[in-house]
Amino acid sequence: MLQRIRNSPPRYWLVVVVILFFIGLPTVIGSFQASEWAQVLILAIAIMGLNILVGYSGQISLGHGAFMAIGAYASAILVHKYKMDYLVTIPIAGLLTGMIGFLFGVPALRLSALYLALATFALAVVTPSLIKRPAELTGGVQGIILPPIDPPPLASDAFTAVTGTAMTSDQWIYYVTLAFALVLFWLAWNLVRHRAGRAMRAIRDGEVAAAASGVNIAGYKTLAFGISALYAGIAGSLFGLAVGFVSPDTFPVALSIQLLVGTVVGGLASIPGPLIGAIFAYFLPIESNQWVPTQTWIPSQIASTVEKAGPAVTYGVVLILIMIFAPNGVVGLITAGYARLRRRLRGAADRDSGQMPPDPQTG
Amino acid sequence: MQELLQQIVSGIATGGIFASLALALVLIYNAMGLVNFAQGEMAMLATFVALALIDHGMNYWIAFPVTLVIAFAGGIAIERVVIRPVERAPILTLVIITLGLATLINGLAGFIFGYVPRAFPSPFSVQTVNILGALASYQDLGVIAVSGVVLLAIYMLLQHTTVGLTMRAAAHHPEASRLLGVHVSWMLALGWGLASAVGSVSGIMVAPILLLQPNMMQTIIIYAFAAAVLGGIESPLGAVVGGVIVGVTVNLAGVYLPFVGGDLQLAVALAIIVGVLVLKPNGLFGRPSVRRV
Repeated sequence: MLQRIRNSPPRYWLVVVVILFFIGLPTVIGSFQASEWAQVLILAIAIMGLNILVGYSGQISLGHGAFMAIGAYASAILVHKYKMDYLVTIPIAGLLTGMIGFLFGVPALRLSALYLALATFALAVVTPSLIKRPAELTGGVQGIILPPIDPPPLASDAFTAVTGTAMTSDQWIYYVTLAFALVLFWLAWNLVRHRAGRAMRAIRDGEVAAAASGVNIAGYKTLAFGISALYAGIAGSLFGLAVGFVSPDTFPVALSIQLLVGTVVGGLASIPGPLIGAIFAYFLPIESNQWVPTQTWIPSQIASTVEKAGPAVTYGVVLILIMIFAPNGVVGLITAGYARLRRRLRGAADRDSGQMPPDPQTG
Repeated sequence: MQELLQQIVSGIATGGIFASLALALVLIYNAMGLVNFAQGEMAMLATFVALALIDHGMNYWIAFPVTLVIAFAGGIAIERVVIRPVERAPILTLVIITLGLATLINGLAGFIFGYVPRAFPSPFSVQTVNILGALASYQDLGVIAVSGVVLLAIYMLLQHTTVGLTMRAAAHHPEASRLLGVHVSWMLALGWGLASAVGSVSGIMVAPILLLQPNMMQTIIIYAFAAAVLGGIESPLGAVVGGVIVGVTVNLAGVYLPFVGGDLQLAVALAIIVGVLVLKPNGLFGRPSVRRV
């Protein structure tokens, strides 16, 4: 065991450090910042789902905001109408959304990537007006306000013992989100490294070849859609609980675009990618909005326009530049840089040995 | 009966608007097998240009062709700068890039022109005229006429000129065309320019109805998707027919189906898209495709 730990590759240590960082984070930052980081983790879960679909199975969805909406409303209705415990509603919302995603994946099977993009984009645009319709169930335009969530005494006491301050609702939600994020990232990591993940990648890289090798194309494609929607549903459910409020306008098309930006920036077909992408997609508009008003030389009228338009412009530019210059995202840049560094350190002799570099997907 | 006729006429007018944008989508699809998600936003930006020209005292009927020329140049510029580096990239990359383009143009328009909806002048009066017992407004008839002229012009260009022939050749057999001395890459740019110009017609036609603001085309592009998919995404004629069918259907559904009403018309477009893709993926005028191994 000790031997195994000592021999484990450096990235395992990196994973441990990252997990410890996220567990310790709320003890050093304020309650409001904890709620911001909870949002980052929620985005990371949704982006992980999208990454399984886009990065690993090669299908595309521009409508994952709609799946988040379904998850959020499922949770909100169960808590608000049926007085269920909020923790129980999270997996229910995830499974429900996953089933809907699976069903949506069945007609999607017959569509090429392009048509799928069209259909899911239309879904994202239509969803807000569809939600408004059954007003008794969804609260119509007003949406649903959820009761505040109190941290359980056990967690609260433990938190007080460490930091000396009482645990707020935001901090508790952060830990709930972190727990779900850890489990879901671990599941995704397992998924892509075993049979299903290999099958999905085979489909992505060559559908006909995969079918000829005996991969069940229809089954794995719909499975990827279902799993991806499940992630989005859980993320949506957590989102509604964290904000304490869901309304149709919480889930605009821009949310789906934001998820796609996060997926692409972090890096397609990578496990740490969604986390990096989520940090970027969440903090970019906030940081630019906080920076602009502090610059006194910018006239206030222009500043207010920049606040509204700035994120869209930056998202657009980033999407285009990344797709042109770094299609594997930040993670791709880091692994490529690391590989280059190692090759240089090892010296020229090794470089000329003619060995293929290990595949970053499987190695 | 009379009301039904009136609704159909006004549906055809809306359909003409959808058809222009759908035709723009088809032009780019034919050139490079890509659906341009930024088409609506490009049209929106061109409409803002038209408004700026008119606000500076230019006559509507001069501003209109000038805008089309500017949109044409803009479309070529976008293709050269953004699409050219990734011309042969996988379809996923291209789709994400056009989405980035859509977001970027939307943000830029908000940045330059602001988010306050603006009135856009219409050269046609809202008075009505009696045709075969149905009252149709000059506005609707004007939109139908303008869309018709533009669509006819594109048809003539594609089918009866050398440039059109070269463009179609470059799209269908890029390798063979290159060997025959066709600048295939520039034909792509030409396709983008044409699409941009045709699309901007829909923006200028719809702006007096919807008021001009950066998100104006967000719903129109969905109807245009529906129209293009219904007609068969590679068929220019299909885009026009599809546009008219979608315009009339959506209009009638909004008036006569109580559960649809005004706010679920967009859902009808989604239903058309999903329905066509599942039941008849090649649309009304498309050719069935054979997958090459």
